[in-house]
Amino acid sequence: MIVTVQRLRGLVRKEIAQILRDPSAILIAFLLPVVLLVVNGFGISFDAYHMRVAAVIEAPDEGVLGMLEALDASPYLDVRPAASMVAAQQALAMGEVRGILVVREDFPQRLRHPASWPATAALWVNATDPNTARILEGYVTGALTVWLQGQGAELRRSPGGGLSLEQRDWFNPELRSADFIVPGVIAMVMTMTGTLLTSLIVAREWERGTMESMLASPATMAELILAKLGCYFVLGMLSMLGSVALAITAFGVPFRGSVGALFVASALFLVFALAFGLLISTVARNQFVASQVAFIATMMPAMMLSGMLFDIAAMPHWLQIVTFAVPARYLVSILQTLFLAGDVWAVILPNLAALAVAAALAMAATLRVTRRRLD
Amino acid sequence: MWQRIWALILKELSGLWKDPKTRFVILVPPIVQVVLFAYAATYDVTNVPLGVWNEDQGTQALELVRRFAGSPAFRVSPVHAPGQAQAALDSKTVAAVLRIPQRFSADLLAGRDTSVQFIADARRSNTALMVQSYAASIVAGFAQDQHPGVRAPLVLMTRDWFNPTLESSWFILPGLVAVLSMLMSMLISALSLARERELGTFEQLLVTPLRPAEVLVGKAVPGIIVGLIDANLIIAVALLWFRLPFRGNPLLLEAVLVLYMLAGVGIGLALSAIARTQQQAMLGVFVFASPMVVLSGYAAPVENMPPFVEWIGRADPIRYMMVLARALFLQDPPLLLVWQQCWPLALIALVTLTVAGVAARRAVG
Repeated sequence: MIVTVQRLRGLVRKEIAQILRDPSAILIAFLLPVVLLVVNGFGISFDAYHMRVAAVIEAPDEGVLGMLEALDASPYLDVRPAASMVAAQQALAMGEVRGILVVREDFPQRLRHPASWPATAALWVNATDPNTARILEGYVTGALTVWLQGQGAELRRSPGGGLSLEQRDWFNPELRSADFIVPGVIAMVMTMTGTLLTSLIVAREWERGTMESMLASPATMAELILAKLGCYFVLGMLSMLGSVALAITAFGVPFRGSVGALFVASALFLVFALAFGLLISTVARNQFVASQVAFIATMMPAMMLSGMLFDIAAMPHWLQIVTFAVPARYLVSILQTLFLAGDVWAVILPNLAALAVAAALAMAATLRVTRRRLD
Repeated sequence: MWQRIWALILKELSGLWKDPKTRFVILVPPIVQVVLFAYAATYDVTNVPLGVWNEDQGTQALELVRRFAGSPAFRVSPVHAPGQAQAALDSKTVAAVLRIPQRFSADLLAGRDTSVQFIADARRSNTALMVQSYAASIVAGFAQDQHPGVRAPLVLMTRDWFNPTLESSWFILPGLVAVLSMLMSMLISALSLARERELGTFEQLLVTPLRPAEVLVGKAVPGIIVGLIDANLIIAVALLWFRLPFRGNPLLLEAVLVLYMLAGVGIGLALSAIARTQQQAMLGVFVFASPMVVLSGYAAPVENMPPFVEWIGRADPIRYMMVLARALFLQDPPLLLVWQQCWPLALIALVTLTVAGVAARRAVG
């Protein structure tokens, strides 16, 4: 392992020239993050507004119509009377409405006379998407409760009226999806750009044999890998900075942590991702397999297993153990904390340690495999 | 002519099949991904760590805590001071804190209005929303039981159609059929044409009696076949392992899958006909694939997107297949719904295949 400054400088100059000549690297580092951030930031939203509900009213009277109006006044609901039960069910099957509210003939009368309480209304929900179904149920229940409270004193004095639950949401009081999705998307962006930069570009060098000719030169392997990783590292960090700037300016996500912690975490993660990409390209030997592996090993796991979309704590136990092997999870955890909570070292330090281990393992494996490949 | 195309298809397929690494990436990852992701994609919350900060030692307060502890949604641990609650939330030791004020039991017994506080960590806004609704229902049930004789004026009875037990996997797995088969068919078709061009073998193909259109068909069919194999592997895992229902017509599903794969290879071939190298084709797939997955409504509903994003998503074939796959698994969809999804798929296939054909011909000339 001999590294001379002079040779290294030459190699770095060669890499820079190569990056500038080939638009692919610039495309990966700058176009891909913008596309990913914009699409994910706007496209993944659990904030449902104006969910359509068809109302089937058997005996429309003033009270029931008032109730419908109150439901419709909620920003989350869009309640329209349906022509008939058949039409409503058809609309539900077609996905035109999320739910059907059924109010039977005897409802107004039962509501008026405490002796016949409870009056029941039925809500049929299209539960194909269980998450949205639960949210809709919650909103309808909430809007009904609010409506009841606005009614006569008699109705208000219902059991439970005396006990309320005060809800506070820390770190993201408006529960904006973007605030929690965007830091996760940055982690996904870094996984993809980091791995792609090395796996695709270096796989081509192996396939064309230019990698071997470089290795035949006086440059040592350590120098070659250092020069390559170094240049892509700078590119990756610039890409990260661009993503963070976009998150703060375009999406209005707050950033409450320190820039230092952001740099350390990103740097460790990038070393891992770049080394991992190099490993893929070296093992795969051709672009076809390298790209498939890079694709399969980065995009979907970073989306599904990192905690970016789905809470890891809610997964089955064996799968939680699997997620420890997805370094994106450590970065997601750090970024969500840095953006929304601040420098909470109890979260950041253990995750940084895990990232350091991942980076070291990936580097060691890459050096080993590259050396073996030459024999 | 058919004989020539058939020979080309066989050549392509055997090229994919002979390389053990390629064979592996076609068959194994889809199955592994399906199993991992179907278990990962849960919106259910169970065993959420909850800090209980109980300042009241009255019977009512203890009863409320007991109810939280007894719910499968929460795993309760006590906290004793404001600073401790804050630290536990910050460090993610707990996902939420329930605070019961000092005079809680006394107020309840005296019939005075009272409240408990529920503070959730909204760094994960979706989990926070779920956890709150569980907490609200526990508190509502508790409040109701404080007045056993009194009935509520109004009850909302909910019935969940198509997925009565609200299984997350019933929602995610049909989506994975659409997503993973699309990614595979796009990748294979995008790379096959680009590789021939990069290696210069495309010209060799063209000096054979094959016409450019025939070459394109020969390149399209393997992508369709591999995509269909992957889709059916995932369907098998969904039905046999995850026990999803299948309420639609299986033949209809296969038919729309063929149409869907046409759109997939159309995009792949169009990208590779425009790209000059494998690397560019590959990048094209990457740049397109991730937005396509997100805009399809795979993870979050299409209706929640801002109008202009939703509108862009109309060019996304996965979006239509997502609706079809979910509807065919979970409900027996009305034919009108099927038709509404099929014609955009056909249009996308037509446009992309035309672009691929024109671009390939221009590349030759």
